[in-house]
Amino acid sequence: MSVNEKTWKPKVVAFCCNWCSYAGADLAGSGRLAYPAEIKIIRVPCSCRVNPMFILRAFERGADGVIICGCHPGDCHYTSGNYYARRRMTMLFSMLDFLGIERGRTRVEWVSAAEGQKFANTMNEFAKTITELGENRKLGDLRCK
Amino acid sequence: MQKIGVFVCWCGSNIAATVDVKAVAEAVKNEPGVVVSTEYQYMCSAAGQKMIQEAIKEHHLDGIVVCSCSPRMHEATFRKTAEAAGLNPYMVEIANIREQCSWIHKDMAEGTEKAIILARSAIAKLRNNMPLQAGTSAVKKRCLVIGGGIAGIQTALDVADAGFEVDIVEKRPTIGGRMAQLDKTFPTLDCSACILTPKMVEASQSEKINIISYAEVEKVNGFVGNFTATIRKKARYVDELKCTGCGLCMAKCPAKKGKNEFNMELDNRPAIYIPFAQAIPNVAVIDPEQCNKLKNDKCGLCERVCTAGAINYKQQDELIEREYGAIVVATGFQPIDANPLNELGYAENADVVTSLELERLMNAAGPSKGTLVRPSDGKHPHTIVFVQCVGSRCDENTKRGKPYCSKICCMYTAKHAMLIREKYPDTDVHVFYIDVRTPGKNFDEFYRRAVEQYGVDYIKGQVGKVANENGKLMVQGSDLINGEQITIAADLVVLATAIEPDPTARSIGTMLTSSMDTNDFFTEAHPKLRPVESPTAGIFLSGVCQGPKDIPETVAQAGAAASKVIGLLAKDHLVTNPCVAGSNELLCNGCSQCEKVCPYGAITYIEKEVRGPGVREVRRIAQVNPAVCQGCGACTVTCPSGAMDLKGFSNQQIMAEVDAICL
Repeated sequence: MSVNEKTWKPKVVAFCCNWCSYAGADLAGSGRLAYPAEIKIIRVPCSCRVNPMFILRAFERGADGVIICGCHPGDCHYTSGNYYARRRMTMLFSMLDFLGIERGRTRVEWVSAAEGQKFANTMNEFAKTITELGENRKLGDLRCK
Repeated sequence: MQKIGVFVCWCGSNIAATVDVKAVAEAVKNEPGVVVSTEYQYMCSAAGQKMIQEAIKEHHLDGIVVCSCSPRMHEATFRKTAEAAGLNPYMVEIANIREQCSWIHKDMAEGTEKAIILARSAIAKLRNNMPLQAGTSAVKKRCLVIGGGIAGIQTALDVADAGFEVDIVEKRPTIGGRMAQLDKTFPTLDCSACILTPKMVEASQSEKINIISYAEVEKVNGFVGNFTATIRKKARYVDELKCTGCGLCMAKCPAKKGKNEFNMELDNRPAIYIPFAQAIPNVAVIDPEQCNKLKNDKCGLCERVCTAGAINYKQQDELIEREYGAIVVATGFQPIDANPLNELGYAENADVVTSLELERLMNAAGPSKGTLVRPSDGKHPHTIVFVQCVGSRCDENTKRGKPYCSKICCMYTAKHAMLIREKYPDTDVHVFYIDVRTPGKNFDEFYRRAVEQYGVDYIKGQVGKVANENGKLMVQGSDLINGEQITIAADLVVLATAIEPDPTARSIGTMLTSSMDTNDFFTEAHPKLRPVESPTAGIFLSGVCQGPKDIPETVAQAGAAASKVIGLLAKDHLVTNPCVAGSNELLCNGCSQCEKVCPYGAITYIEKEVRGPGVREVRRIAQVNPAVCQGCGACTVTCPSGAMDLKGFSNQQIMAEVDAICL
């Protein structure tokens, strides 16, 4: 896998909960607060809807970073979904780290519907971290080998 | 093979300026399943919607992708469009290429590339969509109003007027809120109590309104149309039905050291008290921390003097559980604590008061019976200095106050200054201000009257220090217009303190799962178009809990919230969200994991005969109640066998999106 330093751009998947972070992203948009185009958002009802499988799949398909955004602790639209997400992701990220996907490539962040600026800042910062980490190794599907 | 139509919106120049919409429409033409791909200036316009409908009919489309603004904006619009053309409304996906693409990127090539990927991702998701049917749920025809200030009272009156039952839950022993504490109101200078108390009486006499005072909402479950609230009615140690409000107990009570909250703690009240003369309910309450009988079982005088036999020292908190269709938050505000602002000397000097304290000092029912006196020595102040923006409009980084403008302070200070000059013409009144903000009907005229007719001395500049020198308050400030530092020897200093949401607002927001901003004001569903609704369906906002506002604005918003509540309660049934969880009975092994994580208790287990390829047996399987499920998806991830899935956001759909993005 040859990496052209100049043309390579990271691929980042952001899972945003519908009630807080997706609205926060919309607010960043209407405030014209720029963040890199490499970040693509997938809308989920709640951060607890993010199945670890989705993240594995993203890395398998060549994503360089995955970020999950949800409501602030205590503010979950579904009362407790973000707590589930936090626990699951803590487990998953340490496992991914063990597999060789650095901690910096995965993140959970709380962004409320009123925090457009925070959303943009978080995304800029995350994209910067991923760019510094460089291209990720694809998680291969061993069954095919 | 599905037939998919893709419709790319220009949104005037909002999208078209940074995304080559024609290129996007062209690029997705060859995506599997896409039979038609086109673009138009405004998809949400009547002409745009007609175009979509005609394409659905002409090409017999199974689903459509609209590349436009956020789904939070127009998803509902396009679903209706599709439905009208005979397509299942859940076969519509939106690619957000405005908020998440054109508005944040400046480079055309970059924006176009991202828009194509977002469109592909939406198409990939749509290929996995299933037509969904929305169910219905009954609406409980009762409204809960949290907070009994003018906002809560007005909302309750308006909802009751339409014939629906309303419960007002007020944490204090009486309704009335902050407005009951005010002396006069701007810009008319009419008496606050005179216009508020008739409304309080009207609320208490309405057959449809039930006032639950001295109570707090403890728990709320359920969803729009079907909330269940648990209300803790605190023990007031007085039987509300028996007490006549005669006040004999107050006169006889020997423990008179309780701080009078209603008078901003400027004087004391007995341990058994009625907050103010026009309180509703006009029923006494015992402060358990002051009462000798409750503290150490000595006294019992009030029980002996009460002719109605209303005193009950054994009264316990009471829990009330009721069902509601709608909940209105009207929790109001409090002035910020001025104690930490050391330079203004509020903590050390009795004669440095807040505006709300001045309001009580000027009120005929206040601690000084309406005569303006200094709290320290009871003498008439001859020089009064007002300090504006205390804790408002602060730099967030300094943590010295609130970043926002509290909106009402300029006007109430003009009112105070005017009233003082009117009643005591020998008094000098100075006002230190940053800006005078008077937008509102008759507001600027009012302010100018204070300056021109009443000769109030307005000084542009901030106060640096208030120091006590032999009983005189030396106010040091800058006069920006004359470019000099000045010191005024004042007898009384009034701080126009910022207002902040009531301290209970945060916990109520959490309980109702309705979002709040960083200042603890409730967030509205849309800042311009849905200002009285919370993003959480069935929760409405009334008054200052949503942001600083004056009385007329509060009343207007309270009425608006009521009209939204009436609109909801007038319906017998609500269409429920069909994006709920469902269990594949062939895969489910009845392990109970999903039941444990469900925040709504929507999952139950049944013994059921399962039939499938090579299977025919009675098994314990999970079953989701679609009327209760809110569609968070917690169960889908917990399920170890992958039996649980969420309609509208299924594993397949999200996986397809991931694949399309990471292509």
